[in-house]
Amino acid sequence: MAAPVKKPDAVRSFPKPEFTDAEAGALDFPSANSRSYNYFQPAKMRATTYEDVTFDVQPDPARHLTQGWIYGFADGEGGYPQDWTALKSSDWHRFRDPNQEWEQTIYRNNANVVRQIQQNLANAKLAKAYQNWAPGWVRFVERNLGAWMHAENGIGLHVFVACQRSAPTNMINNAIAVNSAHKMRFAQDLALYNLDLSEADIGFDGSVHRSVWHEDPAWQGVRENAERLTAIGDWAEALFATNVVYETLVGGLFRSHLVMQISARNGDYVTPSLVGTGENDFSRDLAYTRSLLSLLVRDSEHGAANVELLQTWLSEWLPVSLHAAQELQPIWSHPAERVVPFADSFAAAKDDLRSVLADLGVPEPKELSA
Amino acid sequence: MSRQSLSKAHKKITELSWEPTFATPATRFGTDYTFEKAPKKDPLKQILRSYFPMEEEKDNRVFGAMDGAIRGNMFRQVQQRWMEWQKLFLSIIPFPEISAARAMPMAIDAVPNPEIHNGLAVQMIDEVRHSTIQMNLKRLYMNHYIDPAGFDMSEKAFANNYAGTIGRQFGEGFITGDAITAANIYLTVVAETAFTNTLFVAMPSEAAANGDYLLPTVFHSVQSDESRHISNGYSILLMALADESNRQLLERDLRYAWWNNHCVVDAAIGTFIEYGTKDRRKDRDSYAEMWRRWIYDDYYRSYLIPLEKYGLKIPHDLVEEAWNRIVNKGYVHEVAQFFATGWPVNYWRIDPMTDQDFEWFESKYPGWYNKYGVWWENYNRLRYPGRNKPIAFEDVDYQYPHRCWTCMVPCLIRPDMVTEKVDGQWRTYCSETCAWTDIKAFRPEYEGRPTPNMGRLTGHREWETLHHNQDLADVISSLGYVRDDGKTLVPQPHLDLDDPKKLWTLDDVRGITFQSPNVLLNEMSDAEREAAVAAYKAGGPGGRPAAVA
Repeated sequence: MAAPVKKPDAVRSFPKPEFTDAEAGALDFPSANSRSYNYFQPAKMRATTYEDVTFDVQPDPARHLTQGWIYGFADGEGGYPQDWTALKSSDWHRFRDPNQEWEQTIYRNNANVVRQIQQNLANAKLAKAYQNWAPGWVRFVERNLGAWMHAENGIGLHVFVACQRSAPTNMINNAIAVNSAHKMRFAQDLALYNLDLSEADIGFDGSVHRSVWHEDPAWQGVRENAERLTAIGDWAEALFATNVVYETLVGGLFRSHLVMQISARNGDYVTPSLVGTGENDFSRDLAYTRSLLSLLVRDSEHGAANVELLQTWLSEWLPVSLHAAQELQPIWSHPAERVVPFADSFAAAKDDLRSVLADLGVPEPKELSA
Repeated sequence: MSRQSLSKAHKKITELSWEPTFATPATRFGTDYTFEKAPKKDPLKQILRSYFPMEEEKDNRVFGAMDGAIRGNMFRQVQQRWMEWQKLFLSIIPFPEISAARAMPMAIDAVPNPEIHNGLAVQMIDEVRHSTIQMNLKRLYMNHYIDPAGFDMSEKAFANNYAGTIGRQFGEGFITGDAITAANIYLTVVAETAFTNTLFVAMPSEAAANGDYLLPTVFHSVQSDESRHISNGYSILLMALADESNRQLLERDLRYAWWNNHCVVDAAIGTFIEYGTKDRRKDRDSYAEMWRRWIYDDYYRSYLIPLEKYGLKIPHDLVEEAWNRIVNKGYVHEVAQFFATGWPVNYWRIDPMTDQDFEWFESKYPGWYNKYGVWWENYNRLRYPGRNKPIAFEDVDYQYPHRCWTCMVPCLIRPDMVTEKVDGQWRTYCSETCAWTDIKAFRPEYEGRPTPNMGRLTGHREWETLHHNQDLADVISSLGYVRDDGKTLVPQPHLDLDDPKKLWTLDDVRGITFQSPNVLLNEMSDAEREAAVAAYKAGGPGGRPAAVA
């Protein structure tokens, strides 16, 4: 070992720490104890972290924004115009996300989900869990779960990412942004599951999902519904038509009332664990949607008009989603083990929609009873 | 996840998109740009399965450092001079961050490339992270720093203050007007690629030198996401360059975006770094030196200039003029002086400069004392109430400036001010480029070409107009910049909290009339206005009125 060499003398330059005593409580003076954000009214006695980090970050000329929006579109409108939806509120700022989503919850929740999925998939691979799948079940998963991932991704990207630009408050837009993250993560999880299965040596065709999504008559109603949802310009209509109508009648029908019910009987304990994460996402996403719409239908000034508008939207979107759901019926007969008849699944999905509509005070349309 | 499996996974998730046949996604946001449908790569190869745990790990480090800072009594070492400016900075920055999230669907609407949509959607989630993590940092400051006033009213003050409005461009500019101008050129190609270097790298290092290691912890974590955003912007820029008809718009937007970012970001961050620090080591970089490294060398020479070979017309003249303003025309010093002049309508306190500061400025910017030294001595002399008014209303050889209609930073380099009658109103601009931005760029036609999607400058753009001819005490009360005793002001022109007699109250500023330079300018006859403008342009540096002939 070489002898240590003394480095040439060099003056190292660095800032000097200094005792400043600039901590809370060091002195008493006016506002010395003013230690909460004082520009908004918390929903409860004390603001939550979620409220603190979200409220009023998107300013509003109706609150503190005295100079108004300083950049506008070509028509002069700037910021977040309230008329980007036909629904009205006497105070959009009353909405709080019941999931209280902010950055820590977003990453904790979603990281937990992907860890859970990765562990399940790794264990499944070790246990050769796919080897015992009947060929009929392999076909069912490759075709139908494969088709479904397109719907999740398209809606995540072109409904929810789009809508989080448009609502009048940060509280609403962030909730929608988290919804879009759920959808895209779930779509990608399904795609990567598809990749795992195509490498599992069980004759799984990892490419057939595209032709099923594009051409299989059973899936064209769902594709049409998904594509039409992306074409809605009114952000609240898109939210209602997607999370209330489509997700209960079509999303819940496929995920909850079909896949979750029949996988185990077909020897598959992996798929439900994955699809269950999508179901969990949806229950969170439906919670904020219900909470927002509930405020709007109970609005002292605009409640009645809002209920009427939701009815109009329902009359437009219910037939589309009913059609999509009914078109899916043939896939109930694909698996060897048919645990649940389509009629039961469909009835359960319609019950889910009825429950949301009842909560919102929207009269049940006759098509739902048909 | 290995690189090979990441590539395979990424290839798989690109299978998720499809060409719709029943209906196409609503186009909410227009652009005058056109894009060839050439398939392009998603530069990020980011999949959410690896993204969420990666960000969670980054979060854990940030929150661990926060706990450590509290346990280690960090606030016994932070410099109040520095922390006070964070009341302004952290009131502004969460809005641009969340605006960047809101801008992503505009880019997705405009760019027909499903492969890049994934990267843009991930950026959206990043931006929600940035906005809320910064709000949370501010919350921690409010809870643990000696003086919470100003932090406690943060987002309200941001929305009703002149400085907040200047910062708000860096946000509203991302989400309005032409989708590519806003969400790509202004936001990503210029703001994120160039100016986050000074915002999120240079400034945090100054924070650390002032005893605050939480700002670097949070903002370096934020900055580690920015490289992905820069890739998004670069990909879209290359797609835009593929179409010849976009060249004219790219040239316009790069000029606007570069200049506006310079005006806004250099004003704010330059002031924080130069006037918010107590670190006066002669070998620490000045803002000008940091700018040369991070903006001129790393961005302009390494990123922009190479794009010339793809046909992008680079605003060399504006890059050089920005540098000229910083190093020769005293841009940052003029802005800091203006912030200090306007202290009664701020929501933070500004520490006077000392002899040590003077010495440092003189060494970094030779000639500084002759331009600004005496004014800062006056600021120091007038810092307590009782015998004098706030400095803006005393005779200290300083003319309150006109405000730039476009960038809303005042016209501080007085010979450069441009005055034009636009849309029936006399407007003042800090520079030819800001005049061009309002008069030529943000219009429905550009150089004979229809630009129906281009945005507009809107709102009450001169803040002073809102308060013209009001009593200063009433202005401050209406803004809410009063402490919880109902009389002591949130802003103070010093840091001395130990003696109530040193703290300005509403009574100390009552009877002073606040006026708008723009209203006064528009009330003048043509002859009066011409004379006033000529005199104004003959003034400076350091805000000195022109000598009377």
